[in-house]
Amino acid sequence: MPDDDNTPQATRRMFTAKATAAAAGWILTACGPKRLYEVPQATLRQRIQEMEQQYQENLGETIKVADTQPTPGVQFAYALDISRCIGCRRCVYACVEENNQSRNPQIHWIRVLSMEKEKGVDFEHANAYYQPETVPEEGHFYVPVACQQCENPPCTKVCPTGATWKEKDGIVVIDYDWCIGCRYCMAACPYGARHFNWTTPSIPKNEINPNTHYLGNRPRPKGVVEKCTFCIQRTRNGRYPACVEVCPVGARKFGNLLDKDSEIRYIIEHKRVLVLKEELNTLPKFFYFYAT
Amino acid sequence: MRSGGLAVSGAVLIGVAVLLSGASPAGTNAPAKVEERVEVPPPPFSDGIFPCMNCHANQKPNRTRRTLADMHTDIDLKHAQPQLWCLDCHDAENRNVLHLASGEPVPFEESYRLCGQCHGEKLRDWRAGVHGRRVGNWNGAKGYLLCVHCHSPHQPHFKPLAPKPMPTRPSRNLQ
Repeated sequence: MPDDDNTPQATRRMFTAKATAAAAGWILTACGPKRLYEVPQATLRQRIQEMEQQYQENLGETIKVADTQPTPGVQFAYALDISRCIGCRRCVYACVEENNQSRNPQIHWIRVLSMEKEKGVDFEHANAYYQPETVPEEGHFYVPVACQQCENPPCTKVCPTGATWKEKDGIVVIDYDWCIGCRYCMAACPYGARHFNWTTPSIPKNEINPNTHYLGNRPRPKGVVEKCTFCIQRTRNGRYPACVEVCPVGARKFGNLLDKDSEIRYIIEHKRVLVLKEELNTLPKFFYFYAT
Repeated sequence: MRSGGLAVSGAVLIGVAVLLSGASPAGTNAPAKVEERVEVPPPPFSDGIFPCMNCHANQKPNRTRRTLADMHTDIDLKHAQPQLWCLDCHDAENRNVLHLASGEPVPFEESYRLCGQCHGEKLRDWRAGVHGRRVGNWNGAKGYLLCVHCHSPHQPHFKPLAPKPMPTRPSRNLQ
């Protein structure tokens, strides 16, 4: 309103104050430490050396931190055969070992949901805490859920510090040095795929995987969010993720979405395929399918 | 070594390479006459049972369909009963090989061709890398397994497994 008494007067003093604050902010972010995705190659190398040094000092372990970059022409995608999965959770623990997840408190990037065949894929009636003598259980099927590596990820949009983003090969990654632990991304993720380190992660010394990637399975500090990275330390070197190799029923498939001869393309072109919560338009690159 | 089981199975299988060029079965109209051989680890025989001709060389084949009483009594055949029996897959003359419906002998290392006679869709998927466990590289050499490494040919249904422990439920007591 024009005659509102509360409207602050634009004074020269206030203008100066605001301009100074803006300039200070600009200088702070532009001249301060950079996020890993925008640092020049040489600086990245240096940062990685510092990381390795810090791990040597703090953990007493030699951790190799790789900086393997995306391969042009590669978009990673995953497919999981719901008609095969028997819910044995081998993938969950292979992932924990490969990716240096905290054992206590426990962090699992993969969560295997037991669902009733009568109800179909229904998260309301899913149960992650099944523990029968043997699996599969009568009348049940299993849907393992981890990061869906969305093409349109809600989690990266809400990050106030720009600490999480989608790489050129489609992997959504986290810069653990820029994560401030606000957990907005966890609230934004419709799949419950992000996990928070409430305490310093604990891993028995002889179980640490020393082959790591700077955006993936390198040991995390307390107070940061972590999640599945398609085993970035393996897949960027051409290998299958750990969960693919361990699956006893061969339900897990992985490959390059842009390669028309890949297993992934064969599945999409020949099988009944679905994605979770399609209506949210997150465009997951994690496909579920029925081979039979 | 960390991740012991994985590393062991990886070591066994990663050496096994597969010509990916052979793995494009769908979409091609050409009759699949020349079947590309797929490299696989050795078939999972019970100890000391192979070569079968060690015993069978001295025996006259008995082609009568019957329940075996003297030998191989541990085999409880639960595979397309009552249609199938031993000599539908095992070759009566040369026990060291299997045979197709056409009579063509097939070594145990290529038993997938035999299985594929009935399970053709599975064989196609397997060649394409979609059916069955794989180890190795998504863009290179892969380790394949034979059908019989996961499915006992005599009782092909996949055996139930004990699940790994369930996750701990969320707790308020963090230290």
